[in-house]
Amino acid sequence: MNVFEIAQLNLWYGSFQALKNVGLAAADGEITALIGPSGCGKSTLLKVLNRMNDLEPECRITGSVLLRGEDIYGGMNVNELRKRVGMVFQKPNPFPMSVYDNIAFGPRTHGVKSRLELDETVEMSLRQAAIWDEVKDRLRKSALGLSGGQQQRLCIARALAVAPEVLLLDEPTSALDPISTGKIEELLLELKNNYSIIIVTHNMQQATRISDKTAFFLLGEMVEYGDTEKIFTLPRDKRTEDYVTGRFG
Amino acid sequence: MRAVFFGTALVSVLAVLLICLFLFGNGLPALFKIGPGRFLLGQEWSPADVPPLFGILPMIAGSVYVTATALVLGTPVGLLTAVFLARVCPPRLYRLLKPGVDLLAGIPSVVYGFFGMAAIVPHFRSSILSAGILLGIMILPTMTAIAESALRSVPPQYYEGALALGAGHYRAVFRVILPAARSGVLAAVVLGLGRAVGETMAVIMVAGNQARMPGSIFEGVRTMTANIVLEMGYAAELHREALIATGVVLFVFILLINLCFSALNRRKN
Ligand SMILES: Nc1ncnc2c1ncn2[C@@H]1O[C@H](COP(=O)(O)OP(=O)(O)OP(=O)(O)O)[C@@H](O)[C@H]1O
Ligand SMILES: [Mg+2]
Repeated sequence: MNVFEIAQLNLWYGSFQALKNVGLAAADGEITALIGPSGCGKSTLLKVLNRMNDLEPECRITGSVLLRGEDIYGGMNVNELRKRVGMVFQKPNPFPMSVYDNIAFGPRTHGVKSRLELDETVEMSLRQAAIWDEVKDRLRKSALGLSGGQQQRLCIARALAVAPEVLLLDEPTSALDPISTGKIEELLLELKNNYSIIIVTHNMQQATRISDKTAFFLLGEMVEYGDTEKIFTLPRDKRTEDYVTGRFG
Repeated sequence: MRAVFFGTALVSVLAVLLICLFLFGNGLPALFKIGPGRFLLGQEWSPADVPPLFGILPMIAGSVYVTATALVLGTPVGLLTAVFLARVCPPRLYRLLKPGVDLLAGIPSVVYGFFGMAAIVPHFRSSILSAGILLGIMILPTMTAIAESALRSVPPQYYEGALALGAGHYRAVFRVILPAARSGVLAAVVLGLGRAVGETMAVIMVAGNQARMPGSIFEGVRTMTANIVLEMGYAAELHREALIATGVVLFVFILLINLCFSALNRRKN
């Protein structure tokens, strides 16, 4: 089943059109990679999916975005949407509070008060994000003391703690070293059994390593979308071929 | 040219040194003549008695009570104003409100005093409460300005992170941004505290100025600053020196507050 169905999506920042007639469907249990040169609208598309674009005063959208058949721009509660569609940002952004409070923030926001339940959720999320062993002795210490790679996995754990259906990741490893990157890639492959994942990446190898589907964007247009293997070995469009083979100017 | 800059910079340092020198030089001898215990803990201030009594505990208590009342009343208002200005208020309203708050800082204390006499004293008489309310208003602009800039300097990623987890605007502001700005917010409170302790004229006009231990916040009280100003005009010899020694105590209070403030600022960076 499709978790997201996007059709005829156009987006303007003021008079500048950042997305042009984008249509794409992301399936359950798959990792979808969004690739393309800088400024082509990848982050913008990602922010459409959990309505973080609402924060941009000049942003205007037409078209339809369905989350399991429900129009997310048609009367759906935004906070409820963001609970169902988690997001991890390019730069790790743990809150300046303890590791525990970081993870518990989401569940507390959605009404969980029981100490026991919070303890459980915190441990489970940290285990899922493969960081439990590294932080279990410092749950009460500030999250800002963690390394960049640990902070990013903490942010993934924080997003998982509210039990989302989809996880959006915007270049989650671009600020990390190869070892941390490897850990996060492994983690995503692990997570895709339970969550649909949409990831923006500038790293072609990363896309081929982890994603099932790939969408290639150029200047706000979705040039090509399909199985990752096809996109990278047998692209239909010349522009896609140029980009994935590194010939893109 | 460099020498000129160095010289001008030196002026403030020199001024502080001279103030210390004068204050401690004139105040400390009296402190020891009277006896630190009897001076700081004595509950009786009767300079005209024979022998005169110079106990400033009532004035220390007065300053502490008045300041505490001002903080209890002023802090919530100041901080919520800062939150409103920094994170809630639409730009149009901001252009109106911000200068309004700033204007409060420019009003001379004697004008505040008149306002207190006309609007507060009729309800609560000349008392700790009246002085506390008035000072609570006077510390608003300082507190609001510092807390606002602390709130504004919180990186937007924290706010976005909170929203992305499904938190509403107010939850993100009060549970993430405000805690993230806590050292700056504390610094704002400490600066307000310093202003309240040092304020003189407005307090004299509404506090009643009785030099005795206050029993409740509805009674009149005399602060350390008021004590100095009220009697300095006619005091001589030991009396005069005892007033300067009161200034020493006040100065030490302010010094401690400033130390707290810079410690907080250092922790922020
Ligand atoms: N808030 C905004 N206001 C105006 N224009 C914007 C805004 N955000 C993005 N844009 C523009 O929209 C286009 C797409 O931006 P977007 O951030 O989605 O690109 P991207 O594909 O994520 O690029 P990168 O790989 O560099 O992150 C860019 O031309 C950008 O300048
Ligand atoms: Mg981007």
